[in-house]
Amino acid sequence: MDRTSLLRFMTCGSVDDGKSTLLGRLLYESQLIFDDQLAALAADSKKFGTQGGDLDLALLVDGLAAEREQGITIDVAYRYFATRRRKFIVADAPGHEQYTRNMVTAASTADLALILIDARKGVLPQTRRHSYIVSLLGIRKAVLAINKMDLAGFRQETFDSITGGYREFAKQIGLDDIVAIPVSALHGDNVTQSSVNTPWYRGPALMEHLESVEIQQELSSRPFRMPVQWVNRPNQDFRGFAGMIASGAVERGGRVKALPSGQESRVARIVTQDGDFGRAIAGQSVTLTLEHEIDISRGDVLASTDSPAAVADQFQVTLIWMHEEPMLPERPYLMKIGAATVGATVTSLKYKVSVNTIEHLAAKKLGLNEIGVCNIGLDRRIPFDPYTENRETGGFILIDRFTNETAGAGLIQYALRRADNIHWQALDVNRTARSGLKGQKACALWFTGLSGAGKSTIANLVEKRLLAAGKHTYLLDGDNVRHGLNKDLGFTDADRVENIRRVAEVMRLMVDAGLIVLVAFISPFRSERRMARGLMADGEFIEVFVDTPLAEAERRDRKGLYQKARRGELKNFTGIDSPYEAPEHAEIRIDTMATTAEQAAELLFRRLAAAGILGEARED
Amino acid sequence: MNDVSLTHLQALEAESIHIMREVVAECDNPVMLYSIGKDSAAMLHVAMKAFYPAKPPFPLLHIDTTWKFREMIAFRDQTAERLGLRLLVHINAEGLAQGINPFTHGSGVHTDVMKTQALKQALDKYGFDAAVGGARRDEEKSRAKERVFSFRSAQHRWDPKRQRPELWRLYNARKHKGESFRVFPMSNWTELDVWQYIALENIPVVPLYLAKLRPVVERGGALIMVDDERMPLAPAETPMMKKVRFRTLGCYPLTGAIESEAETLAAVIEEMLRTRMSERQGRVIDHDAPSSMEKKKQEGYF
Ligand SMILES: Nc1nc2c(ncn2[C@@H]2O[C@H](COP(=O)(O)OP(=O)(O)O)[C@@H](O)[C@H]2O)c(=O)[nH]1
Repeated sequence: MDRTSLLRFMTCGSVDDGKSTLLGRLLYESQLIFDDQLAALAADSKKFGTQGGDLDLALLVDGLAAEREQGITIDVAYRYFATRRRKFIVADAPGHEQYTRNMVTAASTADLALILIDARKGVLPQTRRHSYIVSLLGIRKAVLAINKMDLAGFRQETFDSITGGYREFAKQIGLDDIVAIPVSALHGDNVTQSSVNTPWYRGPALMEHLESVEIQQELSSRPFRMPVQWVNRPNQDFRGFAGMIASGAVERGGRVKALPSGQESRVARIVTQDGDFGRAIAGQSVTLTLEHEIDISRGDVLASTDSPAAVADQFQVTLIWMHEEPMLPERPYLMKIGAATVGATVTSLKYKVSVNTIEHLAAKKLGLNEIGVCNIGLDRRIPFDPYTENRETGGFILIDRFTNETAGAGLIQYALRRADNIHWQALDVNRTARSGLKGQKACALWFTGLSGAGKSTIANLVEKRLLAAGKHTYLLDGDNVRHGLNKDLGFTDADRVENIRRVAEVMRLMVDAGLIVLVAFISPFRSERRMARGLMADGEFIEVFVDTPLAEAERRDRKGLYQKARRGELKNFTGIDSPYEAPEHAEIRIDTMATTAEQAAELLFRRLAAAGILGEARED
Repeated sequence: MNDVSLTHLQALEAESIHIMREVVAECDNPVMLYSIGKDSAAMLHVAMKAFYPAKPPFPLLHIDTTWKFREMIAFRDQTAERLGLRLLVHINAEGLAQGINPFTHGSGVHTDVMKTQALKQALDKYGFDAAVGGARRDEEKSRAKERVFSFRSAQHRWDPKRQRPELWRLYNARKHKGESFRVFPMSNWTELDVWQYIALENIPVVPLYLAKLRPVVERGGALIMVDDERMPLAPAETPMMKKVRFRTLGCYPLTGAIESEAETLAAVIEEMLRTRMSERQGRVIDHDAPSSMEKKKQEGYF
């Protein structure tokens, strides 16, 4: 069988530059349009075509007009064609300003950009914007198709002046591998065959160029990286690390380093169903076994020992915002990078970048389709490379913790040195000192459960019991927080997230002050509770699930809230029209159908004592 | 394997493996939708590689409309047995009781009840939160924008506004309870890629894909195979023996055959390269309405 390779490219053009026509022609010429599709095309051309009833190739790919009318989201469309030498995957993104998100998405997997320019119009602001995004996303190769040359009399001067001007601009943004081709998408000049109309042009036709352009084996020549996706353990004797090699190559017997732990070992086997490999390269999905038993889990990265990836938890990054709800500094998100998902907070937004002028503008937030540069802090250290060196280990997405939607995409520039950050200073007067003085260990008890489950009742009883034992405590609940600290917050999704965030921060400060803090909030979402847990040291956060079935909570309904919610007077009421995510790993679960509140309080008190929270000397 | 670069099939295979492993790593209870056809055959083959030496850590699910070709059902059971995988078969019992069939109720109702509704029933019954399917983006215009991880609401609905951008190789598989994903690891493959891969890897396929003399009748311009005695024949209709094969396999009354001489995989590929008809042309459901696929997707057909 032919050894065909794969080229992924994206198309960029302004409206009416002829992008659809050109793409339609590439598909048509590579013979991938079947007779039944052609018949449909002929019919469509008569009805909607712009070619006076002749075949309108643009209709093969152009669904945009219809979509705009129907109000469907405008998205990246993927198209496929193949020649004997190559298979092509084309990411086709509409080019309008509002669609930065789509361009970025398309660019993220492309090896090359096909940039269209209308010969009569020359380089437009849009052309610059697209080129900037292409370059930002790390694409180094571009094909400049100067289209509609038929309408410009196939003049060389036109071609030369446009390409000259473009090259100068492109150099400033780091795009220098550019091949320019004069074409007519409509008539086919220089699309698959060199045209007699441009005798002055000596270069290849577009298809010829796409078929033969060297796809940079850039990632293959970089140091070895493999994010561990999945640990394969079919039995006691086999422990394999499965993943796709992001860059470089790996060999049997080669040394590798597991990150972030830094432990080293050698590759024992490269296991595939087709037999063991001696060597594997970037782009392959493999399973590695190592000589030593080292602790590796999903999200870790296996890297070369000579030039391992750096590890850090604070970065300067470029962010591209993709969500209707703007990015606000200090909001917690999740970052997915490689196979790792970690908590992330944008600590400061330095500036946003105008995609039209590449100017830096001051900003407090980042809206949909805006690009900015910011500092970001993670809740744990991750292995990474700067995006410009490796897009697989330097590109990430941010996920909204509340809606789970992909809110933004980011490119790591570099790690921030610790000195550049505010870090908690290890003072001599510290938590241990403060809590020691009180004869206790500081910690937080986080009560979660449905409204009416019994959280406050139990928490109150526990606090009384602790006070009686001479302990220093504080109880945070809706009553003392909602009326003061959080009185500016309502019950929208964003406000709920912020409510819990503040509560969690107050909890942290109070624990730092040496107190035993009891927190009683419904806190229906795992992500929020995880966020709160993430603020605390191991063992200091005790999640207490007050487990009462919905029917029972509703039956009790002491405040009449369920009734209101059922009548539709209370929106987003947990358990009714807003979900409650029961904890999966709570330290303590209290079944209120089986225990009274007093029994529960006593149980909790004993657990605290057993955990050494109440101090050794004065244990009850 | 070449030292510095992969062939297009190697690249596609590696990508599909990556996607399947993401599903297993991120979802609680995934299932693979196995529809017995060539795309499923290739997908299953990739799955065997993805988790080797372990078995794929998910069962196969076949939605049986009870109108599949008999050879398909036999092949399905053999395949599960040969690979040692758990196979779940779900039939919409209510639909069956009501006697829903493509002849009296038409392809639209039949497909909705016995396939779309049946699939939702099965996903709910077993609580699957990710259904991995073999659909490709090149199959149909409206699929060109489909995500690899396609988000579904708790009611299994596909909402274009809630689909997430997919950058690099990063798939966001987070969801709330009750929500789910349809995952399409073969998104970037074309029909030709699938056949080339099947030939290269020697993957067994249902013999119906190869040309053979079979009893068919001509209806509405399509050649329909008379696979069993349930097919009502018009008075003037007598099945004739023709050398035919199928490009796609579904319910036999809804799947048109093409006349062909291709008795081997190599000949099928050869014919494909010369053919001028798209594979969907054989599917009766597409002819209903131009936007029928789009609509079916929203309803949860895929
Ligand atoms: N004369 C001429 N017209 C062209 C050429 N390419 C595209 N067009 C016309 O320009 C218009 C816009 O083309 P289309 O492909 O829809 O542009 P898109 O918005 O970039 O997809 C259509 O009327 C095309 O027929 C070309 O090379 N020469």
